[in-house]
Amino acid sequence: MKHKKQFFETFVHGIFLLLGLVTVGCVLLITLYLIFAGIPAIREIGLFSFLLGDTWASTAQQPSFGILPFILTSVYGTAGAILLGVPIGFLSAVYLAKLAPGPVKKAVSAAVSLLAGIPSVVYGLVGMMVLVPAIRRVFRLPDGASLLAAIVVLGIMILPSIISVSITALEAVPKEYEDASLALGATPTETYFRVSVPAAKSGIAAAVVLGVGRAIGEAMAVMMVSGNAPNMPSLFQSVRFLTTAVASEMSYSSGLQQQALFSIALVLFLFITLINAVLNFFLKHSREE
Amino acid sequence: MNSVKKAAVFALTAALAAACFAGCAGGGTSAVATDGSTSMEKVIGTLGEAFEQENSGVTFTYNPTGSGSGIKAVREGRCDIGLSSRALKEEEIASGLTETALAYDGIAIIVHPDNPVFDLSLEEIADIYTGKITNWSDVGGTDGEIVLIGREAGSGTRDGFEAITGTAEACKYRQELTSTGDVITTVSGNPNAIGYASLASVKDSVKVLSVSGVAPTQDSVKDGSYAVQRPFMLITKTDTALSPAAKKFFDFALSQDAAPLIASAGAVSAN
Repeated sequence: MKHKKQFFETFVHGIFLLLGLVTVGCVLLITLYLIFAGIPAIREIGLFSFLLGDTWASTAQQPSFGILPFILTSVYGTAGAILLGVPIGFLSAVYLAKLAPGPVKKAVSAAVSLLAGIPSVVYGLVGMMVLVPAIRRVFRLPDGASLLAAIVVLGIMILPSIISVSITALEAVPKEYEDASLALGATPTETYFRVSVPAAKSGIAAAVVLGVGRAIGEAMAVMMVSGNAPNMPSLFQSVRFLTTAVASEMSYSSGLQQQALFSIALVLFLFITLINAVLNFFLKHSREE
Repeated sequence: MNSVKKAAVFALTAALAAACFAGCAGGGTSAVATDGSTSMEKVIGTLGEAFEQENSGVTFTYNPTGSGSGIKAVREGRCDIGLSSRALKEEEIASGLTETALAYDGIAIIVHPDNPVFDLSLEEIADIYTGKITNWSDVGGTDGEIVLIGREAGSGTRDGFEAITGTAEACKYRQELTSTGDVITTVSGNPNAIGYASLASVKDSVKVLSVSGVAPTQDSVKDGSYAVQRPFMLITKTDTALSPAAKKFFDFALSQDAAPLIASAGAVSAN
């Protein structure tokens, strides 16, 4: 009888292990595929002219495959989204975690989760119909599809991740810290910003990195508002991100052009891996504290 | 009660399985697979539907991947008939492919409905797209910077437009969009925009310009007086015969019966 039980336990463990390995297998498969599909074009084009070339003309007679405009656009776009989204998200999180009365907190939290659940194509559509014409009118531009439009859309899209992770970090701060600060005569606001926030800083940093990851990997919404011309990034110019470079040309591509698109995907993958590594570092740090 | 339910479920499952087997068996012998140009979607969809109605038991599939992918698919034997919205290149013909003109498609030059401009010459269109003319006042419109809307690299419509206007690799696009619908939506939302789209897909939300005095209509596209037009090609292997079903569709698409269907889809039959 006991033997039978043990066998059952081992069997179940085996199944769980197998299911866990499915995930690992997918990651390995995607990584290997991207590396094998992405390397040939980089070899043919040359690493430097690929990463640092400033012209992308994939279907020209003399094609050139420089992705520096895409890399810079992705970096600038993500940085812009962080500049816009982090202050709003961070302060909302402080308010929700520490100041908001119960019903308000409930309502706002529900709105934040709803924001997280909106599909990116909807963000793109609203951006295309409302934001792009608005930017055109406000800044008196010939056309509103620009880096700025993408930054605004991304800034809103990363809010939910920043807010929810920051709230978790702030709520994990031991109440004794705050009580001690209040008992010493600090006002609540002083307490939140001098005690709670520093205590939660690695969690908040993790929230920011998560936002960066979300912004740099977004394709659909950005494609609909940024104009997609392979220009060097400039706030009011039509630009193309790493993600949209892959997405917009993949359907009709062939030959070296298609291989180069895989290489772009590989570069994007490396960026995101790097961001994940940073995220893990912060999370580990916060756990150790 | 429970046993009745069980029996019903069993019967249903058996019926579904039978239907599946029948479907699979039928599909193996008489299916027509087409693959290629997204611009040909309307035309090929209309033809495929009519063909399926006339020939029950034949399944017709269309995979909208783009001209380049369609040509590749025929060469690699992944479909019966490839669809291309441009003529084959020399090296493609050399690789053992044959093209047959199915229809002609006019590419409409579209602007915002409020734009007073109604006619441009082919040279003016080329100059606008290459950035030599940048203001609407230079072509008889109101003052405003011209916003060039185009399609992404590799698109059949872009390829066709640039080949006809002689602007290949020289277009200074403000926006490169990935579908005809996106181009129309964007042009309809910006008073200074100009774009191009397949004549069959153009809606009332934008204004269609005439080119050198000729408006794009079925007649002007067919007789060649409207300049911005391109062929819709059926691509087949030169040395391999089509399957009986594919041959039947091929003949049907080029027959007189198909001409009104092609016209209803907005293109002009070649035959």
